[in-house]
Amino acid sequence: MQGLAIPLNHVLILAALLFATGLIGLMIRRNVIFILMALEVMLNAAALAFVAAGTAWQQADGQVIFMLILAVAAAEVSVGLGLVLQIQRRFKTLDMDQAQRLRD
Amino acid sequence: MQENIWLIPLLPFVSSVILILTSGKLPRPIIAILGAGSIGLAALIVLFLGIQFMQAPDPFTLHLWTWMQVGSFSPDFAFYVDQLTIVMMSIITGVGFLIHLYSTEFMQDDSDYSRYFAYMNMFVAAMLILVMADNLLLLYLGWEGVGVCSYLLVGFWYKDPANGAASRKAFVVTRVGDTAMALGLFLLFVDLGTLQIQPMLQVANSIWISGDTIPTIATLLLLGGAVGKSAQLPLHTWLPDAMAGPTPVSALIHAATMVTAGVYLIARTHDLFILAPSVQLLVAFVGLATLLLAAFTALNQHDIKRILAYSTISQIGYMFMALGVGAWSAGIFHLMTHAFFKALLFLAAGAVIHCLHHEHNIFKMGGLRSKLPVVFWSFLIGSAALAALPFTSGFFSKDQILLSAYEIHGVGPWLWAGGLLGALLTAIYSFRLVFIVFYGEAKTEPDKSLGWRMAGPLSLLCVLSLIGGWFTLPLASVFPIAGEHHVSHLVEGISIGIPIVGLLLAWLIYLRGSLSISGFTESKLGNGLRNFWHGGWGIDTLYDTTMVKPYKGVSHAMRGEWLDHVYHAIVGICVALGSGFSALQTGRMRWYATSMVFGLFLLISLLIGWN
Repeated sequence: MQGLAIPLNHVLILAALLFATGLIGLMIRRNVIFILMALEVMLNAAALAFVAAGTAWQQADGQVIFMLILAVAAAEVSVGLGLVLQIQRRFKTLDMDQAQRLRD
Repeated sequence: MQENIWLIPLLPFVSSVILILTSGKLPRPIIAILGAGSIGLAALIVLFLGIQFMQAPDPFTLHLWTWMQVGSFSPDFAFYVDQLTIVMMSIITGVGFLIHLYSTEFMQDDSDYSRYFAYMNMFVAAMLILVMADNLLLLYLGWEGVGVCSYLLVGFWYKDPANGAASRKAFVVTRVGDTAMALGLFLLFVDLGTLQIQPMLQVANSIWISGDTIPTIATLLLLGGAVGKSAQLPLHTWLPDAMAGPTPVSALIHAATMVTAGVYLIARTHDLFILAPSVQLLVAFVGLATLLLAAFTALNQHDIKRILAYSTISQIGYMFMALGVGAWSAGIFHLMTHAFFKALLFLAAGAVIHCLHHEHNIFKMGGLRSKLPVVFWSFLIGSAALAALPFTSGFFSKDQILLSAYEIHGVGPWLWAGGLLGALLTAIYSFRLVFIVFYGEAKTEPDKSLGWRMAGPLSLLCVLSLIGGWFTLPLASVFPIAGEHHVSHLVEGISIGIPIVGLLLAWLIYLRGSLSISGFTESKLGNGLRNFWHGGWGIDTLYDTTMVKPYKGVSHAMRGEWLDHVYHAIVGICVALGSGFSALQTGRMRWYATSMVFGLFLLISLLIGWN
């Protein structure tokens, strides 16, 4: 397989769109689970860009980084879900605007 | 013994440090043993040293270490011991020990027992360094050390603001003299190249011309320091106020030892003063003016301690007169006898105050003769010595001073006459005190009696005040030899008779009442004079209007200074920034995330724009 079947630009635009979606989700969602999901979307957008770029230049690095991002995402989710559980227990809500005791 | 003299100042110092570090947590008997015992041990060492010294009277220097080295200036931490030092050390540790012993009972009920002894021991250590110092810089260290301890002890009962004010006054006024003295030390070092006293005096003798400008200025500056410390005109105003401290403090610091440091300084550097005859004469006249002024003031005080304070000023005036007329050893002799009888008087006054519920006003006392016999006899003997009645210790020393003054060419008879007038007044005011306090009807009942720790020192000091005049001080090798007195018997007779006249006058006025002075004191002139004298000749008021009030006015005017606004502005900016940034700490996670996103956006667009 020589290079990419679809132009690299298209993949990158898709990745940028995905990333923007995640970012906006991160900023506007209040539910902590949706915030975590938005983070996942952003991570995967970055991973998609890596894979596309790695294929475009015939380098294995892109896929190596993809594996790394998967591992990071898995770790992040496991910690994040633990936090979500704690938040639910303490505040009886998942709305992050309600849980702002950290300030004090 | 000679190599161990460093122990003498070290013992009180160590005890003081222990007392400070334990800050009153030790039990009282141990505090008393530490406080009085360290001085007692030091006194014992001084005694052995003195005995050894009598057998082989060679001055020696004990070099401990070099204090600092700056260019050619390398003062040592070294002690110099000669006959004068031995005399001073004996007075400080001997009288000091008696006063400490007395204090262990006098201060028994005070809650700050430990602090008291810490300061007192520190004082003794500093005073010993002062008199043992081999160079003027080390002397200055002791000089300032005793100043600090005096400050701390005058303000010992610091909860009363008046005591704090008195201690501040004592500190600031003596500081004026100390500044002059520091300048004198600078001048001496620049001109003579060393501050080590003995070499310095030798150099001065070889390169200075008598009556030249530099010796005159240098000795004037030294005199300034002496005048401040010894409470002479014009810097005497702090001493009467310093009576705010506990009475044994007044006995030790403001009568027996510290205030005579100025006399010691002049005696120690007497070679310099001989090279400046005009300043030496000035010393005599400062002494004369002070002794008269203080004696007149003492005549109509009614606080028992203030009378004694003014009499101290007056007696130091005699010492200055002695130094001024070149009767060096007579001056030191009077210093010693004065230490005995004035310590005795103060301790006796302290006993009166102790037994009469802290009463200071002599007109509220009276009739104590039979109730406090030990105190009465102490006071009587002390007053007799103070008034220089024949064969008491004060008589011998004061007589020497007066006769030496008489022999000075030119002004001598004037000094003598002034000294005699002072002696007359001394006899009157000291016996006025005795008659008012101990005779007549009782106005306040004593509620305590004396224990042995107070009565013992009193009795010992009584003995010393009586026989102290028979001591011959071995000062012949330290000072230039004064010749025998060749004055007519008439002069001698008058000198002896005047105190007795004073005693009779006091007896007639205050005890028999057959000689009434009310006609004079009720008159307008008499009343004005009384108020004038009572206020110490208006000198305090003068200083207050010319120095203190303008200073306070200026500092009040400077309160809203523009420079302050700069600092206020800095503070304001910091507070505003702090509250501004802390407002960002909202605790809202979405707000954090959004600001991070926008921050990142901003940074990246800046980076792109940069390139």
